[in-house]
Amino acid sequence: MQKLIKNLSYIWNKFKNDRESFWDELEEQMVTSDISINTASRILEEVKNHVYRENINNLEKVKSSLKQQIIEILKCNGDSKLNISSRPPTVFLIIGVNGVGKTTSIAKLANMFKKNGKKVLLSAADTYRSAATEQLQYYAEILGMDMVCHQKFSDPGAVVYDSVEKAKARGTDLVIIDTAGRMHTSYNLMEELKKIKKVICRRIGREVDEILLVVDSTTGQNARNQAELFNNSLNLTGIILTKTDSTSKGGIVITIKNDLNIPIKLITNGEKLEDICYFDPVRFTELIFS
Amino acid sequence: MFDLLTAKFEDLFYKIRNKGKLSPNDLDSALREIKLALLEADVNFKVVKEFIENVKAKATGEKILESLTPYQHVVKIVNEEIIRMLGSSSSGVSFASRGPTIIMTVGLHGSGKTSSVIKLANFLKTKFQKKVSVIAADVYRPAAVLQLEDMAKNIDVDVYSENNSDPVAISVRGVELFKKSGSDVIIIDTAGRLHIDENMMDEIANIRNKTTPHQIYLVLDAMTGQEAVNIASSFNLRVECDGIILTKLDSDTRGGAALSVYYVVKKPVKFVSNGEKIDDFDIFYPDRIASRILGKGDILTLIEKAEKVVSEKEAKGIEEKIYRNELNFEDFVAQIRSLKKMGSIDKIFSMMPIVNKSKIFKKVNLDDSHLSHIEAIINSMTVDERRKPHIINGSRKKRIAKGSGNSVSEVNKLLEQFSKTKQMLKQFSGLKGKFKLPPGNF
Ligand SMILES: Nc1nc2c(ncn2[C@@H]2O[C@H](COP(=O)(O)OP(=O)(O)O)[C@@H](O)[C@H]2O)c(=O)[nH]1
Ligand SMILES: Nc1nc2c(ncn2[C@@H]2O[C@H](COP(=O)(O)OP(=O)(O)O)[C@@H](O)[C@H]2O)c(=O)[nH]1
Ligand SMILES: [Mg+2]
Ligand SMILES: [Mg+2]
Repeated sequence: MQKLIKNLSYIWNKFKNDRESFWDELEEQMVTSDISINTASRILEEVKNHVYRENINNLEKVKSSLKQQIIEILKCNGDSKLNISSRPPTVFLIIGVNGVGKTTSIAKLANMFKKNGKKVLLSAADTYRSAATEQLQYYAEILGMDMVCHQKFSDPGAVVYDSVEKAKARGTDLVIIDTAGRMHTSYNLMEELKKIKKVICRRIGREVDEILLVVDSTTGQNARNQAELFNNSLNLTGIILTKTDSTSKGGIVITIKNDLNIPIKLITNGEKLEDICYFDPVRFTELIFS
Repeated sequence: MFDLLTAKFEDLFYKIRNKGKLSPNDLDSALREIKLALLEADVNFKVVKEFIENVKAKATGEKILESLTPYQHVVKIVNEEIIRMLGSSSSGVSFASRGPTIIMTVGLHGSGKTSSVIKLANFLKTKFQKKVSVIAADVYRPAAVLQLEDMAKNIDVDVYSENNSDPVAISVRGVELFKKSGSDVIIIDTAGRLHIDENMMDEIANIRNKTTPHQIYLVLDAMTGQEAVNIASSFNLRVECDGIILTKLDSDTRGGAALSVYYVVKKPVKFVSNGEKIDDFDIFYPDRIASRILGKGDILTLIEKAEKVVSEKEAKGIEEKIYRNELNFEDFVAQIRSLKKMGSIDKIFSMMPIVNKSKIFKKVNLDDSHLSHIEAIINSMTVDERRKPHIINGSRKKRIAKGSGNSVSEVNKLLEQFSKTKQMLKQFSGLKGKFKLPPGNF
């Protein structure tokens, strides 16, 4: 993850000499981090107002006003922690477009809960991609946990059904469901996910505990469409932002949170099992400014 | 369907209304809109700035201000400019003049390298009758080798792989083996890597040095954001790429990354991938991407297409009817038919200048069969019912439902939607005179 604002001090002299171009440059830098132009101008409006109202003319204060605005957008009222049911098994459904890091994130999550002494079961409901099951199997083996899978091209709903039933029978704490990557614009595949959700709800007699959309931080404006359409079909409970070890700034999650109010819950920053942590708006904001 | 059209109306009316002559101020505001459109399409900020400057110079030179439809003219120039840029380097397939053609794919994690290797292999095999083999040089991602092998089996292509070995050695031995066995094309599937990971970048540089590929393709996810330029230039710097394979174009991304990458590294997009199936793969056509990126550029095509299908006169007639609130189901069927003539609804939809397609998508059944469905219901109506929809009562509804093989509730839904659309159109026609109803809409 790289800095959102590369060098505020570098453009600072413009603040005094040519205020408009200072704001323009700031906007440019925000857009360069994949924040949408709408969100960027909204944030800057607030900052400008603040600056004029308080008659601010010091770099640190402008910076902190900007940070405050971003934190304000990113923070969520409720708890950003994952929802664990008092009636196990807790079920997490992991979804997203192709290649964003769903399976790897599931392995990382599973590892995290295992370390907390939870009994985890992995559900291989990506029955479509070549070797998708084997990839999850690899993680299930090194983590020493159960995995439920069916044959290639079999009905993912049936895998999910079996997974939840098996978890119930074995007193498993947590079921994490891996799904095939799919485009949010594919009507049939979105219907398939709705069906999977229905199967889970019926089996556990409540809403799915977490439905997490995995978003690749390298993605541009399309991530907002992804979030919106997956949310429309499934009511997301949160987002996992992946590949933050790249140079992309993942600014699109600020737009997603601003426009759709879907909380970011986790971020991942590497290919190792440990490369995952809970999302913290303040730390995230500090990080992109540091 | 109906919400979709509302949005279409609004956008067409407000954005492409015929403004008469364009003042220099208007030109600036048109360019500002295009700038926003490009940013929304993920074209890199710096590229956008330069690009707009170029277009401005061009537009001024072309006496655009005197053009009759200046806004369309500006859009057209932009569209042409993008096509010119994307298509200016020679594209298409090229093979080594002697010996087998060695191809290496590189790129970030999950960008679609392995799928592209297989799709490309299949493409060269079926379209050019080449004997293609592939090498599994991703030793990092769990089950990556298995993935390649499984996919290769489906298209009957040989795979070279090794256990517990390093990617450079695997590639060298694979190339040797396939050279001997008489392959025409050898494709190396490498692991995903970050462009800032020095060791991993060294690895592909080493593979390149030892195997001297004839072509190196950067596999780029079409949904990539502003960083696309840095990613592409880093890869290009280390292993000089010959072109781009642009993947996941079946999403609703505008794909501006392709333009940015061309601008910065001057490497052409060679192939595109637009789905997970083996033949969702093709050589690259610059005009298709250009209109996607611009979004609004397609308005022109849409209007041109519509004009071909619906005559001006017909459109005028409908306009009148809307104005007098006399629109009936006969007009409706005529409109459905002309819509169908224009191509699949999906395609038309993708050409529409709607900023927020996703919002509409949730309510719209994009299936072409949906239209046929509506048509079937209308066909079951009597002439009288079509002309005077208000006479359709309960028993008529039952008959129509039965005749068209639908439920009464579906007939109700159509009637309700129809009456809403009529109301909406009536509101629009209240503004009549300010703008013209484009032909081909209802
Ligand atoms: N650098 C980096 N790579 C990641 C991260 N998460 C996943 N990946 C890689 O992204 C690729 C796709 O991941 P995978 O979990 O298979 O994606 P899926 O198709 O969504 O299940 C793999 O090569 C992963 O190693 C991350 O946080 N950082
Ligand atoms: N929808 C869609 N998915 C694609 C496309 N190309 C690749 N994928 C998917 O993207 C994911 C990652 O692809 P893969 O070839 O494994 O990427 P790699 O990690 O770069 O080798 C897989 O789920 C593929 O099926 C495409 O054009 N469209
Ligand atoms: Mg997966
Ligand atoms: Mg691969």
